[in-house]
Amino acid sequence: MKLTLVTGLTGLILLVTIVELLRRRQLREKYGMLWLAVLLIVVPLSLFPRLLDNVAGTLGVASGVSLVLFLGIVFLLLVCVHLSWEVSALEEETRTLAEDFALLRAEVEAERAARTESARNELVSHDG
Amino acid sequence: MVNGKRVLIIIPALNESGSIADVVGEVRGELPGVDVLVVDDGSTDRTAAVAAAAGARVAKLPYNLGVGGAMRLGYRYARDNGYDVAIQIDADGQHDPRYVPKLVDQLDEVDLVIGARFAGEGDYSVRGPRRWAMVMLSLVLSRVAKTKLTDTTSGFRAANRRVIEMFAGWYPAEYLGDTVETLVHTARRGYTIRQVPVAMRKRMAGTPSHSPAKAMIYLGRAFAVLTLALIRR
Ligand SMILES: Nc1nc2c(ncn2[C@@H]2O[C@H](COP(=O)(O)OP(=O)(O)O)[C@@H](O)[C@H]2O)c(=O)[nH]1
Ligand SMILES: [Mg+2]
Repeated sequence: MKLTLVTGLTGLILLVTIVELLRRRQLREKYGMLWLAVLLIVVPLSLFPRLLDNVAGTLGVASGVSLVLFLGIVFLLLVCVHLSWEVSALEEETRTLAEDFALLRAEVEAERAARTESARNELVSHDG
Repeated sequence: MVNGKRVLIIIPALNESGSIADVVGEVRGELPGVDVLVVDDGSTDRTAAVAAAAGARVAKLPYNLGVGGAMRLGYRYARDNGYDVAIQIDADGQHDPRYVPKLVDQLDEVDLVIGARFAGEGDYSVRGPRRWAMVMLSLVLSRVAKTKLTDTTSGFRAANRRVIEMFAGWYPAEYLGDTVETLVHTARRGYTIRQVPVAMRKRMAGTPSHSPAKAMIYLGRAFAVLTLALIRR
């Protein structure tokens, strides 16, 4: 009974935190949706840990709880892979941005050099 | 100038080299005196070059940000250059620029005007899950905005100065956020919205970004985005 209270409260606090982060626009939809979906599975399980005992039995796993632990680890691994993928995409994007920026700077500097050059030529021709 | 207002037409475009020249040409022909900004969103074809040759100003994003990302750039451009009205038009030729003065007229009374199909004009029809999604969105968003909205995902919109300033600082880049969430946000902040019936045409070239097979997923996402927009502040 005490255990159910602890796990149940943890699940609920997580749910409230994520909904609040979404409400304040601190999480982008795609991540928010993911975590909401996860919590919709986790909260019932935290209240009724024995919910999966039947499924565990047919799979040959001793108890529902160890099945949940196993699935949890698999899920966390997938999340890590997803985050690495996102970071790779971001790195590719900042790289493109840096290139664009360097190209723009080269263009601006070439233009400025051309302008000072022509200004100097004008001075020289005026001075005779 | 349209009715004494400085107007900017913003055209978000992704790989639309087949139609963008005609769209820009038609806008400039029908609406002399308005400026056209094409936001090329990382196209892999010659969209930017073709648009510039047709006489539009072109802002080229280094990679794809989605319609919402392109539109915020457009609204920032409108804000920084002092436009009174900013109008979004699709690059595929579905929107008829001859309706623009009609939209601009309405801006005397409301802040954001939507050019809506299904509102009496034209014969554009949609069926299946996509239709259900549209019905759900219009029911809910009409209530939120306190006005009848039948085509909430329309990409044909006119914004006045106040809305331009809001959109320049905040415009979601997420899928459907650019249409659904902006409407909720705009209405909640006390701006007024109104729709104007327009006839829509078939796209001139290229392919639409949604295929019929994705209609069901579209319905689910529309529901999720709508729920989220409603709980957000
Ligand atoms: N900036 C930008 N524009 C896009 C993107 N995808 C589509 N568009 C443009 O958005 C407009 C509407 O696209 P379309 O595929 O016709 O959508 P539909 O009219 O709702 O079926 C067109 O002008 C497209 O070029 C994108 O990722 N970024
Ligand atoms: Mg279209």
